Amino acid sequence: MFESLGLLPTFPLLGFLTLFLAGSFLPRRIIGLVGAGSIGLSFLVALSIVMPFLSGESDVVRHVVYTWLSVGNFQSEFGLYLDGLTVVMILVITGVGFLIHLYSTGFMIDDPSYSRFFAIMNLFVASMLILVIADNLLLLYLGWEGVGLCSYLLIGFWYSDPANGYAARKAFVTTRVGDTSMAIGLFLLFTQLGTLDIQSLMVLAQDRWGMGSGFAVAASLLLLGGAVGKSAQLPLQTWLPDAMAGPTPISALIHAATMVTAGVYLIARMHPLFELAPNVQLLVAFIGLATLLIAGFTAMTQHDIKRILAYSTISQIGYMFLGLGVGAWSASIFHLMTHAFFKALLFLGAGTVILSLHHEHDIFKMGGKWRQLPIAFASFMIGSLALAAFPFTSGYFSKDEILIGALAVEGVGFWLWFGGVVGAFFTGVYSFRLVFVVFFGESRGHHDEGEVTGLAMAIPLFVLMILALFGGFIHIPVDSVFSHGTELLGTHEEHSVSTFMHAVMIAVPLFGIGVSYLFYCANVFSVNKLMRLPLAKRLHALWFSGWGFDYLYRLLFISPFLWLAKINRRDVVDTFYAGIVVLSVFSNSVSVRSQSGLLRWYILSIVIGIVLLVSVGAFL
Amino acid sequence: MILLSLIGVFFFGGLLAWMSEIVDTRLPRWVAMLSMLVSSGLVFRLIFVLDSSGGELLGWVDEFKGPWIPSLGIEFFFAADGLTVLMLGLTILLGAVAIASAWDEIKERVGFFYFNLLWTLAGVVGVFTALDLFLFFFFWEVMLIPMYFIIAIWGHENRRYAATKFFIFTQVTGMMMLVSLLCIVYFHSLQFGIFSFNYNDLLRVDIPRSFDLWIMLGFFTAFATKLPSVPFHAWLPDAHSQAPTAGSVLLAGVLLKTGAYGLIRFTIPLFPEATAVFAPVAMTLAVISILYCAKVALAQTDIKRLIAYTSVSHMGFVLLGIYAWNELGLQGAIMTMLAHGLSAAALFMLAGGLQHRIHTRDMREMSGFWILAPKMAVVALFFSVAALGLPGLGNFVGEFLALLGAFSVSIPAAAIAAFGVIFASVYSLWVMQSVFQGPQLKQETKDSPHETLLDLDRRELFFYGVMMIGLLWMGLYPQTFLDLSSGVVEGLVMSDGAAVLYAGEFLK
Repeated sequence: MFESLGLLPTFPLLGFLTLFLAGSFLPRRIIGLVGAGSIGLSFLVALSIVMPFLSGESDVVRHVVYTWLSVGNFQSEFGLYLDGLTVVMILVITGVGFLIHLYSTGFMIDDPSYSRFFAIMNLFVASMLILVIADNLLLLYLGWEGVGLCSYLLIGFWYSDPANGYAARKAFVTTRVGDTSMAIGLFLLFTQLGTLDIQSLMVLAQDRWGMGSGFAVAASLLLLGGAVGKSAQLPLQTWLPDAMAGPTPISALIHAATMVTAGVYLIARMHPLFELAPNVQLLVAFIGLATLLIAGFTAMTQHDIKRILAYSTISQIGYMFLGLGVGAWSASIFHLMTHAFFKALLFLGAGTVILSLHHEHDIFKMGGKWRQLPIAFASFMIGSLALAAFPFTSGYFSKDEILIGALAVEGVGFWLWFGGVVGAFFTGVYSFRLVFVVFFGESRGHHDEGEVTGLAMAIPLFVLMILALFGGFIHIPVDSVFSHGTELLGTHEEHSVSTFMHAVMIAVPLFGIGVSYLFYCANVFSVNKLMRLPLAKRLHALWFSGWGFDYLYRLLFISPFLWLAKINRRDVVDTFYAGIVVLSVFSNSVSVRSQSGLLRWYILSIVIGIVLLVSVGAFL
Repeated sequence: MILLSLIGVFFFGGLLAWMSEIVDTRLPRWVAMLSMLVSSGLVFRLIFVLDSSGGELLGWVDEFKGPWIPSLGIEFFFAADGLTVLMLGLTILLGAVAIASAWDEIKERVGFFYFNLLWTLAGVVGVFTALDLFLFFFFWEVMLIPMYFIIAIWGHENRRYAATKFFIFTQVTGMMMLVSLLCIVYFHSLQFGIFSFNYNDLLRVDIPRSFDLWIMLGFFTAFATKLPSVPFHAWLPDAHSQAPTAGSVLLAGVLLKTGAYGLIRFTIPLFPEATAVFAPVAMTLAVISILYCAKVALAQTDIKRLIAYTSVSHMGFVLLGIYAWNELGLQGAIMTMLAHGLSAAALFMLAGGLQHRIHTRDMREMSGFWILAPKMAVVALFFSVAALGLPGLGNFVGEFLALLGAFSVSIPAAAIAAFGVIFASVYSLWVMQSVFQGPQLKQETKDSPHETLLDLDRRELFFYGVMMIGLLWMGLYPQTFLDLSSGVVEGLVMSDGAAVLYAGEFLK
């Protein structure tokens, strides 16, 4: 049990090493076996850890592998930690991760860099596992940065196209901005509390820092900076839509099993700290709300099937942040899990669509594909229902809990709830816009292609369909994690929410689906007519560009920086030294001229010198 | 005696390498490599002695004293402690790497080349071990002149300019150090009645407050030029880009570290009061170095120049850690010195390897090399990622500790410096993008090398592999290295000087 916690990331790491060192010699079958098998083994290990935990045979586990760093009073172990929160995370990461790997063995079979793909995927999963089982923030940071590196490598997987490289660097650098904020947070926590061990930190913080103390506010703000970077929330959300550049299973992995959930995990893991800073926690809620609305608007305007899904992820993570911000911790983690199911399903389904239609991404060049692509259609139908929180699908339960949690907040609670419900309306619209445009109506191209499939690709889709439908009935064992500590903003007990409110929460997404139907399937309304209005056109352009954040950041940060770098390419400091050189060359040439070899000049200068000296002497 | 024989190995090895050229031009490189092998044995012996003392040793592991000019109190005084041993280990490893990188590259005046290379190393070892300040100064100069020849003779198109610039910068600031050195010896003779250049004696000198800042600045300028720190860095991009690969490897990997070593060993312990006043300035310079040079690096098109500027940026973390003057900061500075030594040396070796293969350093003429040379691409990726401070590799441990140490002294300095890490990821990934990723270039001329870029051979892979393992070791189990220097660092921060520093104004 103790050792097996360490085994979790070991298998993917071994898989990475095998493929890294020997990948070019191995046949594809073996590569696929190693790549997916390592995650499968890891999943089995996770099950073996979780079973005794769930049956109550074992409790929280800590296991120190070795001391990583010890300098003076600073000490950081390679220490692992397991509690209910970790259990949920490792099951999601290894379980959904395994399904994605299995799918990839089929999806990527024709790619020339098959082994590089699986090597990095394995490293990705290993990093994410280290992130969630770390018992101190420095080790967590190791996983955190490892995830960032792997996402960089995978987004830029097809490196021949500079656009992919740009997207990859954008993802890495943008999240690094957040990471730096988090690193400073680590410095602050250590210098103030003298440790980076998460459990001791939480105890110490509650002991030494009062409610709303400056340190708690600063530390939680800095950590929040890291979380919004990795989880693609405002204001660092811009990297995620571009991260579509990589192969589709990577998107599934980034959006469902790893990476973007890291920020949610971090805040949930550090929740006692956030509870000490209620204003920051409320800020988390508002960031979530703003992000989910903004991303919802944008998702309604996109044409690229993967970009729609990317914005839907940003929006759904927004819900998780909203949940965290209102203290509905377990609801957020619940939504993290259900989202992993249906978002993996949607992305893998999208992968099938894209592969079957010869790398077509534009949904308006598809249409009527339900007969042609039955498995993908079923995936999208179920995934979208769960995404739109259709009653009794997995997404319904988790989103419901978050919204109820929001309603419980005093004061602003109603508005948080209201915003969330509006977001749910948009979710209904954009998710079924995708379904209606791609799978219904008339075919607008790609008439003859059949569905690319195979057991390796079909099985994960079927498993995920089941999970997306019924995942809401899973009970996650996180109560013990979040029960201690005072509840500040809300509680996650069952609230007596009026039937009317419940009806609203159920009806609004359905209403959204209906609107979507009228626009995109029944063609009662037409977007094109709407676009004739100048205001609508302008709004559409704004939303389509993701509210102009890219433009804004380019204007504010990137361009000035590049400009500064460009004008100073030759290093202004160097010109100072070059000036010295010029000066000495000049003075040299002047003095050379005085060495003319003409005797009369020398006599003249001697005489002038004597006259000057004497007259100076006379004056003094 | 180990230390003396270490210097002797390089000294005589150099002469032998030069002479062996008469027999066969392939012989000098073998003589040089053999010298590295012998010297590595000696260093391992030192590590063994240190290790058996449990690492808690506060005194010297190995000492050698002999008379030189008794009337002036100048003697041969060599000694080593944990810090020295780490630096010596780095020197030997990178010396071997430098020889490996020169193996096929240097074809003219081979004997003289290896003579210069080994004598540079002799100078470096002398600098790291001399504890008589006159002797130290002597080796400081010994280190400079052979390096001047390496750049000026075997360098690239603009070598004479670069070599002269390197020489003048180091020489002028070296003279400032000499003046300061003589001043402090003079004050010693005033207080104790005798001349002495002995480090231990000079530590006891009480310099009048009105002078000590100026005397300290002499030392600081010399070391900050070598390090280098803004605004004394202007020699480095030229020297690096013009030097042959082996020269760049030694410069970046080892010679820069002598500057940091000098600060730790001499400047701060000799002038604690002045340092207390000066520390905010030094930390500011460090932060400027980190950010400014990262920014300049990004605009470079010459790949070696780019890496040179990143070196300055990384050495800023060293300066920052040193002037934080606490255990975390100092250990961070030392770890950064080691890790940057490896990563920068490897990056310069890669750049040199590229230049050797395609005869240009201009990144605008490179693209899509991943397909042609995948091994090289992966190795480059590893060291780029190390340079941008990925946890799990040595550079992260160093920079993290340095920043953590600095944070407890000055929050703004550490927080601003942390942004250098973002810039580091920008330029590191930019290099990867423009050299290895992107589309393959269309062939322009008939003999364009872009179709037949040779991937790394076994010898190269071996040396890169060693450095990769080194960085992984430093990143995953840094305790091996931290333990070696912990005794020294504890001694330094608990000394009288440190008491003054901690009481100093700058801690507020």
